[in-house]
Amino acid sequence: MELDFSTQAHLFWALLPELLLAAGGMVVLLAGVWKGGDREPEEAGWLGAWALTAILVAALANGWLYGVSEVGATSVVAVDSFRLFANWIFLLGAALTIVASFAYVERQRLQVGEFYALILFATVGMMFMGGTRDLILIFLGIETMSVAAYVLTAYNRRDRKSAEAGLKYFLLGAFSTGFLLYGIALAYGATGTTNLVEMAASIEAGAGLSGLLVAALGLLAVGFAFKVAAVPFHMWTPDVYEGAPAPATAYMAAAVKAASFVAFARVFLVAFEGLYTSWFPIFWWLAALTMVVANLIALSQSNVKRMLAYSSVAHGGYLLVGLSAANEMATGGLLFYLLVYTFMTIGAFGVLMIVSNQSEERLQVEDYAGLGWRHPVLGVVFTIFLLSLAGFPGTGGFMGKIFLLQGAAEAHLWTLAIILVLATVVSYFYYLRVSWYMWMRPAPEGSSTEGRGGPFGMNVALIATAGILLFLGVFPGSILDLALAGAESLFPAGPGLAGTAP
Amino acid sequence: MLVEALVVSALLFVIGTFGVLVRRNAIIMFLCIELQLNAANLSFVALSRHLGIDGQIFVFFVMTVAAAEAAVGLAIIISIFRHYQTVNVDNFNLLKW
Repeated sequence: MELDFSTQAHLFWALLPELLLAAGGMVVLLAGVWKGGDREPEEAGWLGAWALTAILVAALANGWLYGVSEVGATSVVAVDSFRLFANWIFLLGAALTIVASFAYVERQRLQVGEFYALILFATVGMMFMGGTRDLILIFLGIETMSVAAYVLTAYNRRDRKSAEAGLKYFLLGAFSTGFLLYGIALAYGATGTTNLVEMAASIEAGAGLSGLLVAALGLLAVGFAFKVAAVPFHMWTPDVYEGAPAPATAYMAAAVKAASFVAFARVFLVAFEGLYTSWFPIFWWLAALTMVVANLIALSQSNVKRMLAYSSVAHGGYLLVGLSAANEMATGGLLFYLLVYTFMTIGAFGVLMIVSNQSEERLQVEDYAGLGWRHPVLGVVFTIFLLSLAGFPGTGGFMGKIFLLQGAAEAHLWTLAIILVLATVVSYFYYLRVSWYMWMRPAPEGSSTEGRGGPFGMNVALIATAGILLFLGVFPGSILDLALAGAESLFPAGPGLAGTAP
Repeated sequence: MLVEALVVSALLFVIGTFGVLVRRNAIIMFLCIELQLNAANLSFVALSRHLGIDGQIFVFFVMTVAAAEAAVGLAIIISIFRHYQTVNVDNFNLLKW
């Protein structure tokens, strides 16, 4: 099937996964409020199953889009493999979050229908962020995702921390949206269009920087840096991630971050490709600062949830290296890394939810003492997630870092590559400290009855996720090819901007 | 006309930014964020006089989004007021800022 967007129907077909998922979200929302107050546990399970079905249907539509081609490369809705690969990440992140949240929402007595519906709506927003070539739709996607994420953060109304995290996230998120929007307005003023491809053409024709364009670049970079939590715009991240309900944290740390990076990449690599030398230094410093500062602060954390929040900031730094390199290899590495990162982050938060009894207690690193011997399966999968986060050879996280480094090397970013390797070495300390507590420290007296294992479905999902991470660590080839095809579709003209770094 | 409009919108944006950074009342901070969004709206409308209809369409979307954001934001502010009986962000200190 070929789409040339001459009729409305073509737009419909191009947006099929998003539309199906949005419809599924509405069904789940309605089904959730249908019964009103009485919430049976099995009802929660049904709603979760419906939400997973909606994701599966959207995933099938996404797979179907691989057989669809578009005419030209300027349409508002992009049907390229970059978008489709990003969609896999978002759908996987949403599905894993829902599976991991079953026991949590039940125990915390959260309104399940709305919880799952919000996750689905946020996912629709993400898919728009990754799948459009127009700043209007990127803005709408960001807001659809963010507004849903604000609610998810503040979702547990009985918990003070959740409300506080929600307020912080809302104020700083909306603040960053203001920067982003003003940047879009100025970019529109400088180029006369909101379409990314036409914007690139207009910049090429106008040759060079006007004052408006400089301001637009700066504001957009600040706005996106807030969204991806790059140092020094990361202040909100640890608080919000610590205060939010654990499934929402997992979802934000993985999928929301991935979506922000995907939109970030498309805007800067497509629209501002011609201005690479102007924005490259900003990205260089953001990447370097993020890697160094986040890893150093993470070293001093004793709360595992907060440590994982800083680790998520640090991973943003590694991904920014890929953006600074701005070539095909680095962008493919970015996509691959985001996929692996989704698996390992949600996996780690899943184990954290089990250890903290599906609530917000027992989050200190001491609470993990002896866990490995009491629950060997849990201990082994958590160790795999931590090793993968640290980038240990043989895990998916290691391959992701290798591909990012390869991209950085192709762009001759040697200093950044060295910082990345050193930061990784530092990160071993805080990841392995948790493993050390799990395997090397005896469980404290009288706690042997505490900390039950997870529910069956969650254990299966955790084992499968750990298995996928190990598989990707050894055989990354086929997924990397998909990611590289996605990167290639962003750079139709040539091999990217490699070698143009000053 | 264009330059004047852009200068006014830049001023509005700066006022909004400073407001968010300086004020500690959550509702005032939220109003300052709205000021930022409307600064961008003013730019869009002014620019679209020269560049075509796109900017004005964008403004409609921004207004819709701002309304949705206000609904969610005020709900969050109410929920935190129920816990703390205040909306001053300096009093929210369970989490380190």
